[in-house]
Amino acid sequence: MKTLTCINCPIGCLLTVSVDEHENQCIKGNLCKRGIVYAKAELTNPTRTVTSTVRLRNAAVSQLPVKTSSPIPKGTMRACMLALKYIEVSAPVAAGDVIIENVCGTDTDIIATRSMPAITDLHA
Amino acid sequence: MQTVDLAIIGGGPAGMAAAIGAHEQGIEDIVILERENALGGILNQCIHNGFGLHAFKEELTGPEYAERYIRKVTELGIPVKLGTMVLDITPDKEITAVNPKGMLHIRAKAIILAMGCRERPRGALNIPGTRPVGIYTAGTAQKFVNLNGYLPGREVVILGSGDIGLIMARRMTLEGAEVKAVVELMPYSTGLKRNIVQCLDDYDIPLLLSHTVTEIIGRHRIEGVKVSAVDENQMPVPGSEQFISCDTLLLSVGLLPENELSMAADVSLSPVTGGAVVNERLETTTPGIFACGNVLHVHDLVDFVSEESMLAGRNAARYLQNPEPASRREIPIRSGQGVRYTVPSFMDPDTMDEVLTIRFRVNNVYRNCYICLYFDADRVYRRKARILTPGEMESVVLKKEMFTEHKGVSSITITAEEATNA
Amino acid sequence: MVDVAVIGGGIIGCSIARELSRLRLRTVVLEKGSDVASGSSKANSGIVHGGYDCIPGTLKARFNVLGNSMFDKRSKTLDFPFKRIGSLVLAFHEEERIHLKKLLQQGIQNGVSDLRVIEAEEIRRMEPNINDAVVAALYVPTGGIVCPYEMTVAFAENAVKNGVEFRLGFYVETVRKQNELFTIAGPSGDLTARVLINAAGLYADTINNMLSSKHFTITPRRGEYCLLDKTEGSLVNHTLFQLPTKAGKGILVTPTADGNLLLGPTSDEIMDKETTATTFNGLREVLQTAQADVQSLPTGKIITSFTGLRAASDTDDFIIGQSPDVENLINVAGIASPGLTSAPAIAEYVYSLVKKITRAQEKPDFQPRRKAFPKFRHMSARERSEAIAKNPDYGQIVCRCEQVTKAEVLAAIRGPLSVRDLDAIKRRTRAGMGRCQGGFCLMRIPEIVAGELHIPLNEVTKNGSGTNLLTDPNKQSL
Repeated sequence: MKTLTCINCPIGCLLTVSVDEHENQCIKGNLCKRGIVYAKAELTNPTRTVTSTVRLRNAAVSQLPVKTSSPIPKGTMRACMLALKYIEVSAPVAAGDVIIENVCGTDTDIIATRSMPAITDLHA
Repeated sequence: MQTVDLAIIGGGPAGMAAAIGAHEQGIEDIVILERENALGGILNQCIHNGFGLHAFKEELTGPEYAERYIRKVTELGIPVKLGTMVLDITPDKEITAVNPKGMLHIRAKAIILAMGCRERPRGALNIPGTRPVGIYTAGTAQKFVNLNGYLPGREVVILGSGDIGLIMARRMTLEGAEVKAVVELMPYSTGLKRNIVQCLDDYDIPLLLSHTVTEIIGRHRIEGVKVSAVDENQMPVPGSEQFISCDTLLLSVGLLPENELSMAADVSLSPVTGGAVVNERLETTTPGIFACGNVLHVHDLVDFVSEESMLAGRNAARYLQNPEPASRREIPIRSGQGVRYTVPSFMDPDTMDEVLTIRFRVNNVYRNCYICLYFDADRVYRRKARILTPGEMESVVLKKEMFTEHKGVSSITITAEEATNA
Repeated sequence: MVDVAVIGGGIIGCSIARELSRLRLRTVVLEKGSDVASGSSKANSGIVHGGYDCIPGTLKARFNVLGNSMFDKRSKTLDFPFKRIGSLVLAFHEEERIHLKKLLQQGIQNGVSDLRVIEAEEIRRMEPNINDAVVAALYVPTGGIVCPYEMTVAFAENAVKNGVEFRLGFYVETVRKQNELFTIAGPSGDLTARVLINAAGLYADTINNMLSSKHFTITPRRGEYCLLDKTEGSLVNHTLFQLPTKAGKGILVTPTADGNLLLGPTSDEIMDKETTATTFNGLREVLQTAQADVQSLPTGKIITSFTGLRAASDTDDFIIGQSPDVENLINVAGIASPGLTSAPAIAEYVYSLVKKITRAQEKPDFQPRRKAFPKFRHMSARERSEAIAKNPDYGQIVCRCEQVTKAEVLAAIRGPLSVRDLDAIKRRTRAGMGRCQGGFCLMRIPEIVAGELHIPLNEVTKNGSGTNLLTDPNKQSL
């Protein structure tokens, strides 16, 4: 048996998931249908959007915020962070620019989430 | 002295939305005064996602959310003065500000206060112990990690389970620190369930509810904290103390609207919210000075900040177009049973729009209760709520037509009432 | 070899160094902290006491009254904040009047001027927020308030200007005397000196006892304080004392020289000389006791609390003068309250002793004045415009609560003592001392320090080595 907290609303139903003799999943504790959907997704393929920063040159700040363009499997988050460790980008950058394509084979890109002009542009 | 129709103090989400709102109503002589060197305010360091679900029906990070408004402000050609710190605002709307080019003196016909809030520091908690390095508010740590690219420490304890604390637990963990515990004084977290699951549970970070830090230990750098369970009066339970070693203590113990300038402008503040007392037009007690966003009351979602601030901008425009309105009725909106505060706290049914959203927060966790709206002693509206928590902002909508049936209303009350079987 | 080594860069060491800088001597101050005023001198009440409560005939009585009289001139010459606001010793019961009379007599005997006992009506005029229970008070018009760390910095900077060398971060491990010379050694090196001045505060006993057979003991006496927001700085107009007890002057309520409201201190004799932790009971005692003085205490406006340790000697008086058995060792020890008040007078006295021992001449080019760098918050609108025109960094506010600019932070770093720690910058600029307690400026000042010193951000320290604000770059440990 496994327990989960539903995240759809502030009630936070404590969902218990068990498997019956016919190998069917049995989800209990939910007050509404969204709990079932959530629990199923969490059990089969939990995914998360990763947000972090990479080093940025030639800009007013030294870090560029980035994210995965869509949620990636929970188990690949750490590998994704490692992939970002040595990345350095030079301004100008536009939000949405792809920083890493297909990160860790997830079919998801790492994209910039902030537009940063180059310092030289700022002073021009 | 420079003159301007509308000066907006702060270029974060509130200030930008207010400027856009005013511009949409035809006000073009605007200036946004922003102390940072970029627009966007605190959103620039909130690199996590979860913003914009209400406003844009999609999930954005803080910088992405900010950028939508920055682009709009730029497109509309609204003047912005960056790196400019406002030092004083007088009740007759003279602004003194400073930037590296010099002192600025601006006389504004209307002002919108959009300065946001700041974090409650350690001193306000009076936690006993030493004063070593390694104690930061969660927001300061967020800035160091997300804008400077450095971690404040390797082993972290977080006091307070508000959303910033939770978000920082995940950020620090992902970037390579170990978060040993999140300690929460109350028996519940004021953070979103989603953040508890995705920021703590995902990384097996313990959340200690009804606990607090009772002592800080460490001579030069913090070496650890003593954590105790607390009783129902939030007093430490003797004998429950445990030591948790750490080199960093992050504080996420509340936000305070930043109203020093408002006080200088004779704006009355609510002792409950720490923000201005406003009417339904979000106008403060000083005529022509409006307030919106976290400087008015601390919001849970930036989407609501934007919505409220657009309204403040539109109302400021209306004030500028017609600065002397007809005499006003001021009906107080009271916080009844279970309700901690409402914004606005006054309204005039004659000058209100067709609908008016009243935002409020409850003072405790309530399950299966009713949100009720009373005109004097008459209940005019009721809605069932499965759960209400102090961490979430709630709202009820007043409709102009409600007043046609209740002409002589002298006060409006909002309550959160336990559902009874009757 | 130097002529004079001063161990300790607190208010005593620094004020002595400043007076010695008038003489043609090579003087060195050795301070174990990364800045001057990093011990008792930074955490005390900041009161310039009248001198009515010292036992007549003691060194405390003598130097207190003399020191007090020197503050107007010294604060102007050396440019540190001082206000002679006067103090009141409160009586809450008719029976306590007799104690006020005793203090009055004692004060007169000590040479304190203008003392008088005043009645409730006059007290209320002077202090509208005074507690109704107050029936009479001893009024001490000569009492004052001073910023203790700025005062220490002022003396130190003037000493540097006149040729005194400060070695910060110099921890003295051993002191020996051989062939008329003192050898002072520690992890950062050693030096020899002809005259040794022991102004080592809490550790003055350790220094003395390494050299002299006439041992003494310094016991730390812990005092806890609460500091309130500047919005409360005008709650009282004078320093309010309760009747002194054996443990000291008791818990006071006072405006500070910078406009905050200060409550404290407690008084507990403890063993550990490094215990500057605040305690739950101590803070409660401060608030409960201070409550008696005023009608209502705005405890919600506390912005910080702190602990200071007073260096109390076993004779309960100052120990000042040449060691009876070690020639050219001058002890300036046990300088608990009223040490801050006495400092200028003690320094003059030590100056005369050193002059006699060394027969040194006065420097003809001694520069008595020291000017603090200009503070944006003290400037008029015109001065601000002028300052920014000359230096745009004056237009960049880095501490919002205290209105400190980038120019001031740089001036602190580039100042005579070459400090680089955040705490040192804070003591010179007040950045981080306001109601948000660094929430805003803590994000800005480290960047300025790193930029000025060309160091990575994670090498910026709070107060000395091992106090780096930041540890690793993101992802380093992944």
